[in-house]
Amino acid sequence: MKLDTTGLETHAPLCRESSGFLDGVSAPPSFEVPTTNDFDGFQKEAIQMVKPAKGTTTLAFIFKDGVMVAADSRASMGGYISSQSVKKIIEINPYMLGTMAGGAADCQFWHRNLGIKCRLHELANKRRISVTGASKLLANILYSYRGMGLSVGTMIAGWDETGPGLYYVDSEGGRLKGMRFSVGSGSPYAYGVLDNGYRYDMSVEEAAELARRAIYHATFRDGASGGVASVYHVGPNGWKKLSGDDVGELHYSYYPAAAVSVEQEMVDV
Amino acid sequence: MESIFGLVGDGFAVVAADTSAVHSILVHKSNEDKIMVLDSHKLVAASGEPGDRVQFTEYIQKNVALYQFRNGIPLTTAAAANFTRGELATALRKNPYMVNILMAGFDKEAGASLYYIDYIASLHKVEKGAFGYGSYFALSLMDRHYHSGMSVEEAIDLVDKCIIEIRSRLVVAPQNFVIKIVDKDGAREYAWRESIRDINVAAA
Repeated sequence: MKLDTTGLETHAPLCRESSGFLDGVSAPPSFEVPTTNDFDGFQKEAIQMVKPAKGTTTLAFIFKDGVMVAADSRASMGGYISSQSVKKIIEINPYMLGTMAGGAADCQFWHRNLGIKCRLHELANKRRISVTGASKLLANILYSYRGMGLSVGTMIAGWDETGPGLYYVDSEGGRLKGMRFSVGSGSPYAYGVLDNGYRYDMSVEEAAELARRAIYHATFRDGASGGVASVYHVGPNGWKKLSGDDVGELHYSYYPAAAVSVEQEMVDV
Repeated sequence: MESIFGLVGDGFAVVAADTSAVHSILVHKSNEDKIMVLDSHKLVAASGEPGDRVQFTEYIQKNVALYQFRNGIPLTTAAAANFTRGELATALRKNPYMVNILMAGFDKEAGASLYYIDYIASLHKVEKGAFGYGSYFALSLMDRHYHSGMSVEEAIDLVDKCIIEIRSRLVVAPQNFVIKIVDKDGAREYAWRESIRDINVAAA
C-alpha cells in the first residue's frame, strides 16, 4: 500500500530563507492559532458571533401625535438577498401594527393569530383590546414556545383608550414597554440617528422624516437591510401608511452626486 | 448582567436593582422596574432571563393573592419565600426558570426579613444579599459596613456606596438603579438613582 506522504512534502518555493540548522527542511508558512483544543469549533463560534441576527431594521417611537413605525423590506438568506419587497409592517387590525424581525413565517403567522385573538376579544367584551393586552397575549404565547426555535422580534404599536402604546415582544419571552425601540441587525445604526434626532413634540412630517432617515442610515451600513423604507403613522383614528421609498433613491436625494474633479484625464492616444 | 442587592435594617428591609433591559450589545431600555411589589408588605427583586423574570414573578404574585382571597389572611414573608422556592424546585429538573430572587418583607411578628433564592432553588434567610456581577462589589462593601439595626439613612447610604462602586468598577455597568423599601407601613418605591435620563421617561 502506498502511504500518503503529502503531509511530509516541503514547500521549498514558498520559503524565504533557508535556515541553516534545519538542513534543507523548511517550515511551512504558518500563523498563530488561538490556544484552544477545538479550533474549528472556535472558528465557527467566532463567525456566528458577528453574524447578523434577525437581518432587518425596524423601528417605532411614540411622540405627541401618536406612534411612528418604520421598517426596511429586505429578506436575506445568509449572503443571498432573497427579496427586496417584504412587508415587514403587519396590519393586525385597523388601529394596531406589528413589525417583523426574525423568522418571516413565525412573525406573519403569530401576528395573524394575534389579530384573530384581538377580534375575539372585541366580540366577547364589546370593546377594543388595549395595546397592553394585545402585547401580553402575544408575549404569553411566545413564552410558552420558549426554547423550541421560534424567532420573533416584534414591536406592537397602537392607539387605545389610554393613548398611544408601544411594546417590544420577542421569542425569548421578553416584553418591554417603552417610548422608542429598534429591532434587527441594523438597529444599532438606526438607534444612533433616532436617539439623536428625537423630540417628543415633533410634527407628523418631522417624525416621519426622522423614521425614514433612521431606516435609510441603517440600510446604508447594514448589509442585511435594504429595499424600501416604509413609514406608517398610528393616530387616534388608526394607522395610515405615509410613504414607501426605495433606499437607493433616498441616498441620492439626501446626498446628491457631486461632480468630482478629475486629477488625471485619460487621453486617447 | 443584571445587579440586584438588598439588606435588612431596623424594622425595614431595602432592595435595589439596576433598571437596564439589555439584548446583546443594545440597551433597549434604561428604566425597566425589576422590583415587583408582591403584596402590601413584600417586595420581590428579580434578575435573570427576561421572559422568565416577568412570567415567574407574576405567577408568584397571582398565587400569593389567590391564597389571600381564599383564606382571608396574607402569607408571611417566610411562607411566600418557601412557596417561591418550591415552585423553582419543582420546575428545576424539567423546565427551569432562570431567575434569581431577593424577597424582602415585613411581618408583624417576625419584623423585617430578606430571603435569598437563586435559580437552582436554594433558599436562605439573610441579612444582606446580592446577585449578578454587581454582587462582587456590593457583597464586600456590605460585609464591611453592615451592622444589624441600621437606620434608613445609614442603609440608603450603604446602598448608594454599592451603586457608586458598581458604576465605577463594572465594565458594562448599568446606568440607572431603583431602590425600594418595605417596613411596617408597607412596600413602596424609595428612590431612583439615574445617571442617564431619557427624554420623557415612562416607567414600565
